[in-house]
Amino acid sequence: MLENYLLIMVSTVLVNNIVLTKILGLCPFMGVSKKLETSISMSAATAFVLTIGSMTSWAINHYLLEPNNLVYLRTLTFIVVIAAVVQFTEMLMQKHFPVLYKMLGIFLPLITTNCAVLGIPLLNAQASYGLVESAFFGFGGAIGFSFVLILFASTRERLEGADVPEAFKGSAIAMITAALMSLAFMGFIGLDR
Amino acid sequence: MLIAILVLILLALIIGLVLGFSSIKFKVKGDPIVEKIDAILPQTQCGQCSYPGCKPYAKAIASGEADINQCPPGGEDGVKALAELMGVEYKPLDESHGITKPKSVAFIDEDTCIGCTLCIQACPVDAILGAAKQMHTIIEKECTGCELCLPPCPVDCITMEVIEENAENWKWKYPVYSLSKKTAKVQ
Repeated sequence: MLENYLLIMVSTVLVNNIVLTKILGLCPFMGVSKKLETSISMSAATAFVLTIGSMTSWAINHYLLEPNNLVYLRTLTFIVVIAAVVQFTEMLMQKHFPVLYKMLGIFLPLITTNCAVLGIPLLNAQASYGLVESAFFGFGGAIGFSFVLILFASTRERLEGADVPEAFKGSAIAMITAALMSLAFMGFIGLDR
Repeated sequence: MLIAILVLILLALIIGLVLGFSSIKFKVKGDPIVEKIDAILPQTQCGQCSYPGCKPYAKAIASGEADINQCPPGGEDGVKALAELMGVEYKPLDESHGITKPKSVAFIDEDTCIGCTLCIQACPVDAILGAAKQMHTIIEKECTGCELCLPPCPVDCITMEVIEENAENWKWKYPVYSLSKKTAKVQ
């Protein structure tokens, strides 16, 4: 049992990394990776939203959509429900855990409409995972996202000071770096037996 | 089909109810000190303090991020009021953020105006009235004298006019006391 969860985690973090292998969530990956600090906040917010979102959308899928043969409504309901749940927890957090609220800040509402956040619950539903498995899959996906985002942000911070040829300055070198990271992550496919 | 619509309506209703209820139940009042600082600031929204408006500057002061002497429109009196509110020592206005000018309003020379709307976009308080290729004019009452409309004007038809003191707009000057001998010396 535990082995199964561990496998899910490793596979989502390394082998099926949402950013570099599944090519989801590229917007925050390129957008908030200029500074390490913001990327850490973003990672924390993503971990939070993905775990919560996976679990709630599992419940919606299992108790509401599947019994009524409404599987085709997954995309619509998942977006709405995840956005609502995150909004709710945000209000709860602002009231009771202001420190946590300050740390996640603006990223929490921003991340709700992210494609990775929708993608993970959809993949969950396709793989017909259970509740705990879904949660692990979501959390693993978030860890994978955070892992590459933080790596990428620290690389980009160093690139600021590097002697980059004029034509490659700015976004161009960032794209190349992302592509090289993606190539490197392809190596992890070898883990999958 | 019908059941799909029903399920979605139900879902939307539940979510709406829960969010509406919790927004009342978990309401968080804004930081009162920010409101107090904001009340002292002149609300010109000119951005000379290097923040995008008076409220952000008030927030920055409250969090200790910004100093109290970055608001030229507020002048020395404003800095003094802020020093008193925050319980810190008075310090002279930081001139790198600009100098205090007499209170003035912008004036558009309507013969020169080409109706480009650039100044309308620049105005932080929507005090400029006009449309594309139509002459613009300034609502004097709304203008805060922030001068943000001067640089975008391609034909330089906007000038700042000092408001002369007359019987209509004269009021008692705010009483100003020096806080201590030490700060009086700085002045």
